[in-house]
Amino acid sequence: MRSLRDRVGAAAPVFGVLLALLVAIAVVNPSFLEPASLLAYLKRAAPLAILAVGQYFVIVSGEFDLSVGSLVTVQVVVAARLIDGDESATLPVIVLLAGLGLLIGLVNGLITTRLHVPSFVTTLGMLLVLSGAVFLWTGGAPRGSLSQAFRVPGRQGIDIPGFGQVPWSALILIAVAAGAVALMRSAWGHTLVATGDNDRAAALAGVPVARVRTTAFVLSALAATVAAVLLGGFAGVSAQVGEGLEFSAITAVVLGGVVLGGGRGSVLAALAGALVLEALFTLLNLLGVSGALESTVQGVIIIAAVAYAARRAGGRRRPPSVPEPSPQPA
Amino acid sequence: MKRSMVLATGAVLLLAAACTSDVPPGGAAPTGAPGTSPPPAASQFFDQAEHDRQLALRDQTAQGPADQPWVQMLEPEMVDTARYATQGPHHVCFSNASVDNPWRQVGWTTMQAEVDLHRDEIANFTALDAGASDDKQISDIQQLVGSDCDALIVSPNTTATLTPAVEAACGQVPVIVFDRGVDTDCPVTFIHPVGGYAFGATAAEFLSDEVGQGGKVLALRVLPGVDVLEHRWAAAERIFAARGVNVVGVEFTENDTATAKSIVSDYLQREGQINGIWMDDGTAGVAALEAFEDAGQPLPAISGEDQQQFLEKWQAEGLTAQAPTYPTFQWRTAVVAALQILRGEQVPGEWILPQPTITSENLGQYLQPGLPPLHYALCGCQQMPDFPARWGA
Repeated sequence: MRSLRDRVGAAAPVFGVLLALLVAIAVVNPSFLEPASLLAYLKRAAPLAILAVGQYFVIVSGEFDLSVGSLVTVQVVVAARLIDGDESATLPVIVLLAGLGLLIGLVNGLITTRLHVPSFVTTLGMLLVLSGAVFLWTGGAPRGSLSQAFRVPGRQGIDIPGFGQVPWSALILIAVAAGAVALMRSAWGHTLVATGDNDRAAALAGVPVARVRTTAFVLSALAATVAAVLLGGFAGVSAQVGEGLEFSAITAVVLGGVVLGGGRGSVLAALAGALVLEALFTLLNLLGVSGALESTVQGVIIIAAVAYAARRAGGRRRPPSVPEPSPQPA
Repeated sequence: MKRSMVLATGAVLLLAAACTSDVPPGGAAPTGAPGTSPPPAASQFFDQAEHDRQLALRDQTAQGPADQPWVQMLEPEMVDTARYATQGPHHVCFSNASVDNPWRQVGWTTMQAEVDLHRDEIANFTALDAGASDDKQISDIQQLVGSDCDALIVSPNTTATLTPAVEAACGQVPVIVFDRGVDTDCPVTFIHPVGGYAFGATAAEFLSDEVGQGGKVLALRVLPGVDVLEHRWAAAERIFAARGVNVVGVEFTENDTATAKSIVSDYLQREGQINGIWMDDGTAGVAALEAFEDAGQPLPAISGEDQQQFLEKWQAEGLTAQAPTYPTFQWRTAVVAALQILRGEQVPGEWILPQPTITSENLGQYLQPGLPPLHYALCGCQQMPDFPARWGA
């Protein structure tokens, strides 16, 4: 039986940090608190937040998915090439993208669970395969163009008289968040966390560990598909659109207090982590700090989170998996 | 088990993050007090004499047929090529830096179409793509020189690193260099448009006229450290400083549309209003304008480039815009020059091509409907066989 502190303790700071950052932004730029500005911020954060939700499923199950950034690029480039400005092709292509996402997630999951390849190797390999494939197919310059309809979710919104525009991407983010929370409260969600906490114990208790983890990879790839539709909609075709997103997503998840190695953390905290990251970038920009600092900040967060997770894992008094080095003969 | 896995994974994450980090080194230029621009910093990339020469060249009239700018030349000093004359048909070779961006793709398509126009004189055309790797291009050049080429065309990946390879090739075959240069004058001819200083200055003068003194301009650049692009900004920042334009920011977009759009949105949020967008490369022009549309702001004056999607938006929205160009038609010139040299005809030692500027007045003559969004209008290819299908229409 876990204490309450254990269940929300790691997540609570992220909401405080988010609040503090939003207040700081409002101090620098008072107009930020107007609904239109807040919604614009949500609109921009939505793709990363959705990716973070997908990444959460994988990380909490004790794995990693490094392939989501290049998957986003593949989806946007493929969509532009297949739609090529033809409005009527929009829906079939989106369905096809979902199928592609499903397939990539399945491949990631099966290679990791059935062939026992560590997931960061599997998905790092997938990252290279996908980015190589994009480059091969486009020669660095994507062809074709996205239809207006494809761009609606990422760019447009619903106009509410007297209030302004509610972006579709904000609504999609809320729907994804609600779905993820419902999923994590279901029996499947509990088995997912149990798998990440201790897969051997979970397996002995009858959890189909391999299937649960494969499903997590599929969910992550589908989240990448949604993010790709939003990002492509936001800014049109680009061959660099997904670059580095996998790290932003992982950074967001660990910011949310989700422990690398799995078994701990809430999906809403992971989502809040993405909002914190985006708020941080907004604040840095308002303060006129260079964009180059964004990488630095992400690196520091990853290091701190891994150190924290290692300390916790070390404190669990498990037998060390690495044997003590035996004394070398002089 | 868990501890070592977490640590190992963290290491891998950081390693991979370092590999794919897309943030360029060096940050934004510091912004001065409101209403002022910082004085241009002395830069290793700035050459006053070359800057002055290029700005003066903009007013020169080019020699040659006006309807064929790819064979026109500015202030040519002809060199004798009689010793290279050989009986055709010839084997022409080409070492290409890369085709990794739309500009190079349009140029490469145009070059192949030019070769097809001369099939009576060119028996073989061998092209090797270095994939943006200096090492591969050096070995490509060695390989081509060793495979009985009659002439070698080189589009160098980088200037300094490729210089020794080009020098070695000069001893074996006549060499034609175009686009980026090399640090040697051993090639028979070096083909290039007027240059980066002229490009940047033209764009900056237009914007200064449009936004006036104290007007706010955001400068969007691709990435630091590329001489052609550095020259564009070096000329522009001097003009902005002299004309009292308020440069609110100088940011690198890496030509990523989403990055460009986010940056412009951020600046609109920070500044409230921006009067002009200066770009050293027009690829992200449409994305920058969309940021204004999405923020409900009036569209700014903008300097873009001759990319199809930008020209289409310009015409549709009646933009206040101008497009200095770095014409893709120079890829035709390289083939023309190779054949002239193999015929023993004189060519300019430095073949300076005109660099037309697209304005609202002449937009109609450059914009061809039906081409793909990333096509470049100044390909000089409108009259070539299979236009526009061959260019992806």
